[in-house]
Amino acid sequence: MSLVAPGHPLLELQDLHVHYGAIHAIKGISLSVRQGEILTLIGSNGAGKSTTLRAISALVRASGGRILYRGHAIQGYRADQVVGMGIAHCPEGRGVFPAFTVRENLEVGAFLRKDREGIEADIETAFTRFPVLRQRARQPAGTLSGGEQQMLAISRALMCRPALLLLDEPSLGLAPQVVQTIFAIIREINRAGTTILLVEQNAHMALQVAHQACVLDVGTVVASGPAADLARSDEVKKAYLGGH
Amino acid sequence: MTDLLQTLLNGLAVGSLYALIALGYTMVYGILQFINFAHGDVFMIGAWSAYAVAAALGFTLAGGDPPGWAAVAVLLSSMGICAVLGFFIERFAYRPLRSAPRLNVLITAIGVSLLLQNTGQLRPVFGTQPQSMPALLPDTTLFQVAGVRVGLVDVTVVLLAVAMMVGLQWLVFRTRFGSAMRAVSHDHRIAALMGIRVDTVISFTFVVGSALAAAAGFLFAMKYSGLKQPADATWVLLGLKAFVAAVVGGIGNLQGAMLGGLLIGMVEMLGAAYLSPHLRDLYVFVLLIGVLLFRPTGIMGSTSVEKV
Repeated sequence: MSLVAPGHPLLELQDLHVHYGAIHAIKGISLSVRQGEILTLIGSNGAGKSTTLRAISALVRASGGRILYRGHAIQGYRADQVVGMGIAHCPEGRGVFPAFTVRENLEVGAFLRKDREGIEADIETAFTRFPVLRQRARQPAGTLSGGEQQMLAISRALMCRPALLLLDEPSLGLAPQVVQTIFAIIREINRAGTTILLVEQNAHMALQVAHQACVLDVGTVVASGPAADLARSDEVKKAYLGGH
Repeated sequence: MTDLLQTLLNGLAVGSLYALIALGYTMVYGILQFINFAHGDVFMIGAWSAYAVAAALGFTLAGGDPPGWAAVAVLLSSMGICAVLGFFIERFAYRPLRSAPRLNVLITAIGVSLLLQNTGQLRPVFGTQPQSMPALLPDTTLFQVAGVRVGLVDVTVVLLAVAMMVGLQWLVFRTRFGSAMRAVSHDHRIAALMGIRVDTVISFTFVVGSALAAAAGFLFAMKYSGLKQPADATWVLLGLKAFVAAVVGGIGNLQGAMLGGLLIGMVEMLGAAYLSPHLRDLYVFVLLIGVLLFRPTGIMGSTSVEKV
């Protein structure tokens, strides 16, 4: 597997299409996530943001187009194989295993790894990053608050040491204070070297943290460019930032 | 006193068998949320395979004392045969229907059940005649308690069943693969996002469940020796009672299946001994209705739907 230099595309979508039965959910999306950056996909409900992530992680099958990761087409692989390539997907709704303890959730996130010490070190990193997880290490994840579950879900996704992290709506349903914490951590994870594709409805926050942004609307890209430029664009302001 | 002890011993033995079969129902339900109605027939195939392997090895009713390894060889062969059978049932009957409506899969399971029963009746397979299982274990008395004779076969049945349940608990709750099974049982997609190969976990679940059913079949043949023909209704009823055990314990819950099995076995034997032996099937189903009235999700089933 070739290494990708910073600034070069790590993931490219070329004319991606997804159908759910007769519904054409993604109608030809093209975008490119460069090594080391955060790209955010924003847009209203039903724009196809989550579906795009699901197509990349092979939870749904792309019906057309290409998904290139490190220059290789990856569609046709199973979801577990995509994880093995270094793409972690932190799904919408967090998806922690409620009956597993916090620690077990982190351990199962490292399912494909065999290096016992490395796994322990990464669990320690997660506990340092989110001290509340250390306090709750032996508690079933189902007893955690929404914000704590989100912290756990992000930490769990990082347990496979991904090169690319797909984050789906990390701020959904969380208190503003918690949202601030989560976004600070997203920035920190990115600085530590993980490329991030961030799906958000909270466009305001997402544009602050991201380098690049794409605006989706009913399955197509309607605007894209540096996040700072989009945050200033009148059109985006009016449609997605509520006049901030 | 003697009667009661004897009845409890019988209940423990037959309950262990129900528990072993119930585990297979509950494991598959936990992972795929559907009732594998062919599971009782895998138990039947397990019992008949034990007979067929014993016959092929030259052990017959009149054949004198078989060597000590005979029982082990027959048990392992029967478990192996059913493990392979379980793998193929999932691979070719259920996997193509993974995204089909539940009802389609349920009807397919009934189809597989009929297929197994009637294939078993074919002459080159087991035939249409009942057979008697040769005694692979000597009929020695280990000890006597208050006039009740505890034989080697009874002890083997209970100990082997308990050992397998402990082993399964260890597998599911203490190993890496067990974590994968529990993750898949919560959510296939999220399990896949952890790097777990979901199809492999499902195949393995069928293999383990079927092997446990085969072990129950072997133990049944050891204890009761008379094997009715493969399509006989007694097999269906045994499978059904094991299914009731899984539901009473709380379907999807491993400890529940074990508890349900023992409970069903005890109720059946106590009822037969002290009420009427003709109504022994009735007690089991009365217990089912009684439990479901008060705890619709079973004794150890979760009482609320998990919110995520």
